[in-house]
Amino acid sequence: MKPFISGKAFVLGNDIDTDQIIPAAHLVYKLDDPEEKKNYGRYAFSGVPIERSGLPQGNIPFINEGNWKSGYTIVIGGKNFGCGSSREHAPFALQVAGIEAVIAEGYARIFYRNSIDGAFIAPFETAYQLSKEIRTGDQLELDTTKCILKNITQKKEYQLNPLGDIEHILRGGGIFEYARTSGMLQKK
Amino acid sequence: MPMTITEKILAKHSGRNAVQPGDNVWIDVDVLMTHDVCGPGTFGIFKREFGSDAKVWDKEKLVVIPDHYIFTKDMHANRNIQILRDFAKEQDLPYYYDVGTPRYKGVCHVAMPEEGFTRPGEVLFGTDSHTCTAGAFGEFATGIGNTDAAFVLGTGKLWVKVPETMKFVFEGAMPKYLMAKDLILAVIGKIGVDGATYRAMDFCGSTIDSMTMEDRMTLCNMVIEAGGKNGICAPDKTTTDYVRARTNKQFECFYNDDDAKYHSVHRFNVNEIEPTVAKPHSPDNKAAVSEVAGTKLNRAYIGSCTGGKISDFIAAAEIMYGEKVKIDTFIVPATMDVASEIRKTKVKDKTVMQIFEEAGCRIGDSSCAACLGGPSDTFGRLNGAEVCISTTNRNFPGRMGSKDSQVYLASPYTVAASAVKGVITNPREFFN
Repeated sequence: MKPFISGKAFVLGNDIDTDQIIPAAHLVYKLDDPEEKKNYGRYAFSGVPIERSGLPQGNIPFINEGNWKSGYTIVIGGKNFGCGSSREHAPFALQVAGIEAVIAEGYARIFYRNSIDGAFIAPFETAYQLSKEIRTGDQLELDTTKCILKNITQKKEYQLNPLGDIEHILRGGGIFEYARTSGMLQKK
Repeated sequence: MPMTITEKILAKHSGRNAVQPGDNVWIDVDVLMTHDVCGPGTFGIFKREFGSDAKVWDKEKLVVIPDHYIFTKDMHANRNIQILRDFAKEQDLPYYYDVGTPRYKGVCHVAMPEEGFTRPGEVLFGTDSHTCTAGAFGEFATGIGNTDAAFVLGTGKLWVKVPETMKFVFEGAMPKYLMAKDLILAVIGKIGVDGATYRAMDFCGSTIDSMTMEDRMTLCNMVIEAGGKNGICAPDKTTTDYVRARTNKQFECFYNDDDAKYHSVHRFNVNEIEPTVAKPHSPDNKAAVSEVAGTKLNRAYIGSCTGGKISDFIAAAEIMYGEKVKIDTFIVPATMDVASEIRKTKVKDKTVMQIFEEAGCRIGDSSCAACLGGPSDTFGRLNGAEVCISTTNRNFPGRMGSKDSQVYLASPYTVAASAVKGVITNPREFFN
């Protein structure tokens, strides 16, 4: 996790489940093949009904036809982001597509855990209903140390919840790096 | 210190006398389960982190069950099964259930109990969110991702945060028309799809005491649909009889202390619960069947880890006996054992299989099939704007295939009654 993350917002609503993040039919590509894994970016958020994709206006595809990188860096969600299956392909797909952080009102726990232990994306929580305030395409700046989000476009600032217990795992680069640093696993 | 079952299991597995909610602990893992969707990724991370010639921590504790994308021409899906096969051979795994052999099982969460891998007091992790099904056996069971599973493969350990426990007390004898599925849909409808996030859900009361293991599995299967970390039923004679018939392995039963602390207690009288559905597109979008009766359907589906067990098919056959289905009705036995049982078990004078065939159902091979959509040639997949009533566990947009489809979740009784009438139908009509 970088100290500062900046880029454009992509805004979604409540209960974005893992089938919307990466539909089950696409869970077949190799995760460690540099070419094949681009498919996870290509189909990221392809399960979101288009009228709810890119709020508040909707009908904004996350990935443009033929691409595997999105033009967005931070996803704004509502409640219960990442509910549903345990597929690690979900936070992985967002990472492949170029997402570095998600900011939501709450997470389903397996998605949250996968995001951290694999260090795919930084999952921040907030008490603000940001999905009602931030607009898809707004320019954002996230200070991951102070947990402050700035909306450059709207000139607003929000204090996010501290990361808590998981910060050292995320900042260390995931559960394996953490276990090696803490002496639980031998260094490679 | 008074503790719940979940707290006691996590205390024992972390080598402590006691734990409390919020504690982060490293625990020893008794069983790790994986399948064809997440196994290949897990094995890849395991080799990346522990070396290409690394051996798993304990091959007696690893169970690999291909079940998701089995009967498909999708070359990538078939490649995933080959990766499992190669890993099982390389690691000399005793508990790999290969496709195309007599060992093939089908849906992992139903196969695990059948094979004696779900035992009271143990810790089971699986690379599938419905691993929580096994909480029915009085163990701590939950889903994890590939990275966590790879960590377990190399070390036999994983960190967990001890969850608070929510208690769900069910009292009363189950009315004939009601099933465990109705109870869990009622619970999720009450607390919402994030109503139990990070928490354990403990099911108890006289109704649960009288339930079969399969009914308890149906309850625990869907705790993830309320965001729950794990479900749990205190083990009793029903549990130990079931487990001892399938394994010689020793196990330890844990019970809630009388003064254990709970996040909340929720009480239900089952006589006040009606046959229940979850409407599109969320498992907490609850309605009584009577409120949506008459809704036009064009598909019914009976299968999956939550609704494809032998008791589910017997229930459906009781309704379909001597009837014809009015809509496309797909039957997918969860495992090969279930498929074999429906050919032997009778309702009145006919086997369950005969009843389905005479009713005009289509019967598929054991696997997860259309529960999660899958490749486009998957049996029963919703490829367009179908309106389906299903015994499965999720109905988020596009879960069973097309984003244009709509899925109602319901009990096998309600699905069978609706298949016969072609519209959503209260199964009580068949019991009067």
